[in-house]
Amino acid sequence: MTENTQNAGGEPILSLRGINKSFGAVHVLKDVGLDAWAGKVTALVGDNGAGKSTFVKGIAGIYAFDSGEYRFEGKTVTVNHPKQSAALGIEVVYQDLALCDNLDVVQNMFLGREMRSGLTLNETAMERRAQETLAGLSVRTLKSVRQKVSSLSGGQRQTVAIAKSVLWNSKLVILDEPTAALGVAQTEQVLQLVRRLADNGLAVILISHNMNDVLRVADSVCALYLGRTAAQIDARSTSTTQIVELITSGRSGDLGLPPALAQEAVA
Amino acid sequence: MTTGTAAPSRPSAPRRPEDSIGGTVQAYVDKLRGGDVGSLPAILGFIALVIFFSAMRPDSFASTRNAANLLNQAAPVIFIAMGLIFVLLLGEIDLAAGFTSGVGAAVLVVLMTNHGVAWPVAVIACVATGLVIGSVMGALVAQLNIPSFVVTLAFFLALQGVLLLVVGEGGTISLTNETILAIMNKNLSPALGWVLTVLVVGGYAAIAVLGSISRRKADLPVTSTSVTAAKVGALAVIMVAVTILFNQERAVNPAIKSLKGLPLIVPVTLVFLLVLTFLLGRTAFGRHVYAVGGNAEAARRAGINVPMIKIVCFAIGSVLAAFGGVLFASYNNGVSPTTGGSSTLLYAVGAAVIGGTSLFGGKGRIIDAILGGLVVAVIQNGLPLITQKSGIQFIVTGAVLLLAASVDALSRRRSAATGR
Ligand SMILES: Nc1ncnc2c1ncn2[C@@H]1O[C@H](COP(=O)(O)OP(=O)(O)O)[C@@H](O)[C@H]1O
Ligand SMILES: [Mg+2]
Repeated sequence: MTENTQNAGGEPILSLRGINKSFGAVHVLKDVGLDAWAGKVTALVGDNGAGKSTFVKGIAGIYAFDSGEYRFEGKTVTVNHPKQSAALGIEVVYQDLALCDNLDVVQNMFLGREMRSGLTLNETAMERRAQETLAGLSVRTLKSVRQKVSSLSGGQRQTVAIAKSVLWNSKLVILDEPTAALGVAQTEQVLQLVRRLADNGLAVILISHNMNDVLRVADSVCALYLGRTAAQIDARSTSTTQIVELITSGRSGDLGLPPALAQEAVA
Repeated sequence: MTTGTAAPSRPSAPRRPEDSIGGTVQAYVDKLRGGDVGSLPAILGFIALVIFFSAMRPDSFASTRNAANLLNQAAPVIFIAMGLIFVLLLGEIDLAAGFTSGVGAAVLVVLMTNHGVAWPVAVIACVATGLVIGSVMGALVAQLNIPSFVVTLAFFLALQGVLLLVVGEGGTISLTNETILAIMNKNLSPALGWVLTVLVVGGYAAIAVLGSISRRKADLPVTSTSVTAAKVGALAVIMVAVTILFNQERAVNPAIKSLKGLPLIVPVTLVFLLVLTFLLGRTAFGRHVYAVGGNAEAARRAGINVPMIKIVCFAIGSVLAAFGGVLFASYNNGVSPTTGGSSTLLYAVGAAVIGGTSLFGGKGRIIDAILGGLVVAVIQNGLPLITQKSGIQFIVTGAVLLLAASVDALSRRRSAATGR
């Protein structure tokens, strides 16, 4: 599979090779691999059921991979609990966001990791840092960080969830379909935010169905096909057609899975 | 700060429209429009009911003696409701809270009257009984995932049985201890009443001012001084009026025994209000309670120990209910097999919901129990002065509870529609 990885963007911060994961008799991930670099957006694409979410949950430690090599910042690491990935600086923004509607923006951003002074919550420090983080991401769409999340639009919620993920010295942020439920204008805002994360030096993995989104912000594209990595290619040297072919048949020209494997996967 | 983020510009605190009095009023109106009516129905309902009963029964209802009695009547239900708010915030229910208070009262009275135990030990035993009841119910709900409706219904029945066995069918056990009886029967001296008023208003003002100072220091938006002053002023007017009212002589025959001053239960309730409001509003535990009630899955992913939060909330609920039992024992001079029974639980749930706590979880404050409890007490106190038919009293209370629950459900639907 290494021959399919054509990015030469320096040392990847995250590098996975030969990952396998089965649920009982179902072999969901077959020898998959992926690289992600600091300062770059790596898109993870694939049809429904290709294994994207399973792959990401494994990276986050929600499931343990059955086998394979998991390297982070050049070192082989073991991640089979969300706390371990968080300790490495990996944050995941799940599709269902997991925000509390009845709490405000600051309260959500610090949920479970509240800043305290003695017994009491340090509200001013948290509000300041939330504002600084949002300012650092050039977020100007929030009227007040003290408004309840229930009053926010879908795009604003996504923004809060993303800002929450970068609050903790994170190095790698993984976004699962962040624009799936958004309208045109809000999609645009979120994509700009995703780009800004990478421009601020973070490594970003973006799961998406939308080829326009992918080609707009991604530096590298990794296509999964029926649980295998079809190819990971440079986004600038590819086209929508090529990505769609990789997603739907696992091959595109001389890129992708060997014909035998692509066929076998279908069978 | 975030890794590699370009030096973030320090956004200067923008002057929000809410900063002026007009802006604050506008923001409040917007909030009401958005479906978040908070405690407004309780406050308006209380005023309307007081005016109604005063007009109907100017002699019996609108007297300072009756007002003092009303506060004492309200207190046990208010305490049970304060405990229920912790459980309701989770989106759960505790149907056993009424009989938890009954069993708490029984433990207290039996220990003191039958076994001569000192009052502090008896109160600790009573509170510990609540702690055990609540922890067990909480563990069954949180660890075994049995719906709280079922667990607490089982406890409702079982505790009713325990009360019957301990007190004995048809019997009552009386309490003569001066200290316990004082809680619901004694008053602050008029001078101490004024000290309390100064402490409450001064304390509230100090918290508001200190909060503003620390926010200004951190360059964060601050509520304008005029808004803070208006709030402090309103509280001062209410406290002074209440103190003047209760400092009047209200004995039937003052020559024999003078009766004046704020009922002792007032400062007791205020202390609980302060401590519990602090717990819910200013500590990580409180924040996590709201989070679990708002979105348990989000709370779990944020690393919050959701089962532990649930168990602690049920335990706090039952401890406060048991303390409500102490108040029942003090008010009734003892305990009977029906203490905490009949409509006690419904009154307490009604108080919380009327006060603005949501039955759907995630929304509610301790003050709701007091505001709603006063509304319930006015109905409980005023209706018998108008009609002797207890059937009508049940129907009216049921209708008020239903009305409050409808307001809760409608405001929830409205806030979903307006995205608030
Ligand atoms: N917990 C599980 N148990 C069994 N099969 C699963 C489980 N999770 C995912 N799968 C299967 O793994 C495959 C990949 O799923 P998923 O990772 O969600 O794909 P994607 O996110 O790319 O749409 C699907 O066929 C799905 O049915
Ligand atoms: Mg998926």
